[in-house]
Amino acid sequence: MKILVCISHVPDTTSKINFADNNTAFDTAGVQFVINPYDEFGLTRALWIKEKQGGTVTVANVGTNVTDPTLRKALAIGADDAIRIDAEPTDAFFVAKQIAALVEENGYDLVICGQESIDYNGGQVPGLVAALLNWPFASPCTGLELDGTNATITREIDGGKEISKATLPIVIGGKKGLVEEKDLRIPNMRGIMTARTKPLLVRPAVDAEKRTTAVEYSKPEPKAAVKLIDKDNVEELVKLLHEEAKVI
Amino acid sequence: MSVLIYAESWEGKFKKATFEAVSYGARVAASMGTNAIAVTIGDAEDASILGKYGASKTIHVGGVSTFNNAAYASIINQVAANQDANTIIVAATNNGKMIAPFLAVQAEAALITNAIALPSSTAPLTVLRSAFSSKGLVKYQSNADKNVICIVPNAIGVATIEADGTAEESSVSADASLKAIAPEKVERVSGKIALPEAELVVSAGRGMKAPENWNIIQELADLLGAATACSKPVSDIGWRPHSEHVGQTGIQINPNLYIAIGISGAIQHLAGVSASKTIVVVNSDPEAPFFKAADYGIVGDAFEVVPKLTAAIKAFKANN
Ligand SMILES: Cc1cc2nc3c(=O)[nH]c(=O)nc-3n(C[C@H](O)[C@H](O)[C@H](O)COP(=O)(O)OP(=O)(O)OC[C@H]3O[C@@H](n4cnc5c(N)ncnc54)[C@H](O)[C@@H]3O)c2cc1C
Ligand SMILES: Nc1ncnc2c1ncn2[C@@H]1O[C@H](COP(=O)(O)O)[C@@H](O)[C@H]1O
Repeated sequence: MKILVCISHVPDTTSKINFADNNTAFDTAGVQFVINPYDEFGLTRALWIKEKQGGTVTVANVGTNVTDPTLRKALAIGADDAIRIDAEPTDAFFVAKQIAALVEENGYDLVICGQESIDYNGGQVPGLVAALLNWPFASPCTGLELDGTNATITREIDGGKEISKATLPIVIGGKKGLVEEKDLRIPNMRGIMTARTKPLLVRPAVDAEKRTTAVEYSKPEPKAAVKLIDKDNVEELVKLLHEEAKVI
Repeated sequence: MSVLIYAESWEGKFKKATFEAVSYGARVAASMGTNAIAVTIGDAEDASILGKYGASKTIHVGGVSTFNNAAYASIINQVAANQDANTIIVAATNNGKMIAPFLAVQAEAALITNAIALPSSTAPLTVLRSAFSSKGLVKYQSNADKNVICIVPNAIGVATIEADGTAEESSVSADASLKAIAPEKVERVSGKIALPEAELVVSAGRGMKAPENWNIIQELADLLGAATACSKPVSDIGWRPHSEHVGQTGIQINPNLYIAIGISGAIQHLAGVSASKTIVVVNSDPEAPFFKAADYGIVGDAFEVVPKLTAAIKAFKANN
């Protein structure tokens, strides 16, 4: 079983977001980067599959060398090897083409992505990869059980969940539920030491178009100051919700 | 040329997000000087009702029963080709989000997701989208001739017009070589309002102290016809189901009203709810960070304030 876990390198969840170059770029100054939280659930699930059925877990990222520490962290958590495709990941289609090319070359059985990256919230790469490969796709995936090459997949649908079957290979866009929060693996000292000697291969990007360009960044309008209402006068709140906010 | 909208239905009924997508598509079509055409797959109610939202014609493709994202994309793309549509609009429901990337790959189109506004230009197509978990907005420009736009439910709103649409049957069938997962079972949380499309949401956090205290939250939600949500720790410790977890790592929502009870307002929580149009916070700590992100706030004990609020809304409803 060869598993590929796609890792996106994103600002820590507590980051303040600012823009640079006259609002044409995301300002990375002072920002701490982490493994995309959704990908962490997928990575732990991949390690569980390996421990149960045998195989290898490779992590991959399309990015410049600034993402190497993120890949090293994934190695410290337990991935066997890492591949970085050396390019700026500015367009989802371009990124998906890189991952699809890697999959075709190395022949993975299972590609695990997160449902979306918490920076641009695109939610595009996993579906594009699946479509490029013509593999079955499931997202947002909250459960994945394998019995050999037979997969049972749970995904969220609006107001419920759907349970499906598929035969590997498949691509999933995962989230919490693949494993629980308490099960997430974190790097221990031994993991960090061995990560230093695990392979992190850098390869050039394949040719692919960029179908979109981010042209301008901005921030949402700040909220006006809160209107505080006395706890003994909740009728006032109901009135404001009806007359002012017009939501009830 | 035309604009095609995928009109998603659930158990034979169009979703609210569909009406929104059709209204959006109609306005995009108008700005391009062309028609908006809707396509619906599988069980559907009278398709001509989409005329009210601006679809000049709705094409129904029958003979498909279970959801299959690859097959649906193949059908939608064939209809798009038949109707000469270079722009396809999809609502970002859980199924819509699985169809959109397949549409883009099959049609060699650009894909713009998370759209929250009408295009600011149609040539090249330029659309404002939400990013950084609602902490930022980014204008995306397409570099392709064909485009798929995936719009965030409840961000743009539904617009109705005085018009009739026509309905038409089509017999296109999906490319059989496409692979997809095979749904075997759907477990619908019955009788409850789905969080991603809810207009009103009542949410509670660790301030509720224990799961058995949620009855006052449920009561308020039921009275309002609201969906219920919760903070992450509450779902992690199992007080509430994962499907209710909102925030940066949970579901991102933008209802018209979000009532947050006993939730501190951590940055990761706000990332999933700050796009809500009106935010009400009930918290016993006047220093709770959530008050900075709220429109209305009550400093007080939830166990005292929530029943009072429920009673006041009941009285209001009785008089209105
Ligand atoms: C990587 C990462 C991702 C995360 N993602 C998310 C996410 O997606 N969503 C999310 O919600 N969190 C997320 N978190 C967690 C977040 O940082 C907070 O810990 C969490 O939101 C706090 O939940 P809470 O407000 O329910 O609990 P607490 O922080 O414990 O707050 C409880 C609040 O209740 C108030 N209170 C207590 N008693 C009463 C009472 N009787 N009446 C009224 N008020 C009362 C208190 O004053 C307090 O403000 C994430 C954290 C990390 C590190
Ligand atoms: N640059 C990238 N390198 C590797 N994987 C990525 C990259 N961008 C996105 N992904 C994967 O695709 C998922 C969804 O990302 P996105 O489409 O960017 O929202 C992420 O959770 C990753 O698993």
